[in-house]
Amino acid sequence: MTEPRSGIPWRDATVRHVSHPVPRAVQLRLEVPDRPEHLPGQHYVVRLTAEDGYRASRSYSLASTAADPLVELFVERLDDGEVSPYLADEVRTGDHLEVRGPIGRWFTWSGETPALAVGGGTGVVPLVAMLRHSIEIGRPDLLRVAAFAGSPEELPYAGELSAAGALLGFSRDRRGLEALAGPRLSAARDRPTGRVRGEDLEALLAGGQTAYVCGSAGFAESASSLLVTLGVAPEQIRVERFGPTG
Amino acid sequence: MAGPTRGFTGSARHRRNSRLPPGQYDVGSAYPVLTAEVTPDVDLSEWKLTVDGLVAEATSWSWEEIRALPGSEFHGDIHCVTTWSKLDTSFGGVSVDTLLDAARPSAEATHVLVSSTTGYTTNLPLADLRGGQAWVVWTHEGQPLPREHGGPVRLLVPHLYFWKSAKWVSRMTLLDHDEPGFWEQNGYHDRGDPWKEQRYQGD
Ligand SMILES: Cc1cc2nc3c(=O)[nH]c(=O)nc-3n(C[C@H](O)[C@H](O)[C@H](O)COP(=O)(O)OP(=O)(O)OC[C@H]3O[C@@H](n4cnc5c(N)ncnc54)[C@H](O)[C@@H]3O)c2cc1C
Repeated sequence: MTEPRSGIPWRDATVRHVSHPVPRAVQLRLEVPDRPEHLPGQHYVVRLTAEDGYRASRSYSLASTAADPLVELFVERLDDGEVSPYLADEVRTGDHLEVRGPIGRWFTWSGETPALAVGGGTGVVPLVAMLRHSIEIGRPDLLRVAAFAGSPEELPYAGELSAAGALLGFSRDRRGLEALAGPRLSAARDRPTGRVRGEDLEALLAGGQTAYVCGSAGFAESASSLLVTLGVAPEQIRVERFGPTG
Repeated sequence: MAGPTRGFTGSARHRRNSRLPPGQYDVGSAYPVLTAEVTPDVDLSEWKLTVDGLVAEATSWSWEEIRALPGSEFHGDIHCVTTWSKLDTSFGGVSVDTLLDAARPSAEATHVLVSSTTGYTTNLPLADLRGGQAWVVWTHEGQPLPREHGGPVRLLVPHLYFWKSAKWVSRMTLLDHDEPGFWEQNGYHDRGDPWKEQRYQGD
């Protein structure tokens, strides 16, 4: 399966909605002209250009599905970062951003086979696209989602994930936890920050599924090795590690 | 289009380095991890590196044998396609030239398909592995190469984007044609020269 030799062009996206669901993050909804269809799990590259021509680009997963008329990104603000504080603090409705995509053919789920999606922090963003897709095609039964964060406030799309029946795990700060996580809370108490425990995932294993693991390098490492310990074949695990720190 | 982005100035820390290829930034002392697979536990008593395909003599080295070869070090910069670069770093191991010289590539060999213990593959022109440009390494900045960075032993081709530097390398097969590897089948460039920004197919 070789890719046709035509480059992925940069497109001039217009920012249509900007919201801050939590103070440390921004949700951007972009209108992208001539947008190719994408699969859940894929990402875009956003490129910023300064007055003097200096450029910076970073990868951002899509939370939206192909059916959504806009492309949705969710970006966590890293205080000492270059691109994420710009996106979180500066971007306004009507602004233009250069984007390129969709990118990545490996960390994708077409919605035809059983899948387990495990995300930590902003690593849940591509899993939200998978979740939305499973609902759109009427096969929510094929996808199980487990989402982890330090606290509910740090989990992107916590409400949407919870409403869809995802397992939510929080490592600290129990405020609001009962409301969000309900009966699924039990597995998630008192674990060291960022760690995923076997019991959390074991209950979600159906056998024969492909597992998608996404998050910081540290999260992805512990979640993927846990799945192997629980008997999932390494070939059945696809990992997306969000750089740059681990 | 590609006019300036309203209000974006860039961070001084990322801008300062003129040694960076286009679109890259300096991560400083950090060393990010990027892998699409589960990090394997490579058993060194079973591991071997094989050079085969279009060679006069298909050759394998065990862990003991490869470390007995003349050592070679790399000091310089590495560049990941996700836009980070790590400057002034170092790796130690053996030059790929030493391995290829032992196996003796046939005249018709033009490309190499590199594979890892995990099944990961990547393709390179043979010329990119020749001439002191590529290594098989097991130390990073003087320490054993950590598992998540491809340890115990990985390929190092620092003049190309880092996905070409296959982690947990176990085989190099010489071919008379180019055969796309894992990321290359998934939309990434066949050569991956950071100075030409060959990130994705068609760049
Ligand atoms: C496939 C993929 C998908 C992604 N999807 C998302 C997503 O959906 N949402 C999301 O929020 N993020 C996502 N990311 C991460 C994103 O691409 C950026 O890495 C992130 O937004 C940080 O970029 P930044 O420019 O703000 O920070 P950077 O400027 O890149 O800095 C990042 C961190 O590195 C440290 N650092 C950088 N340079 C130096 C230096 N010279 N010395 C010391 N420390 C340094 C900084 O302290 C900072 O904490 C994704 C990444 C990948 C690879």
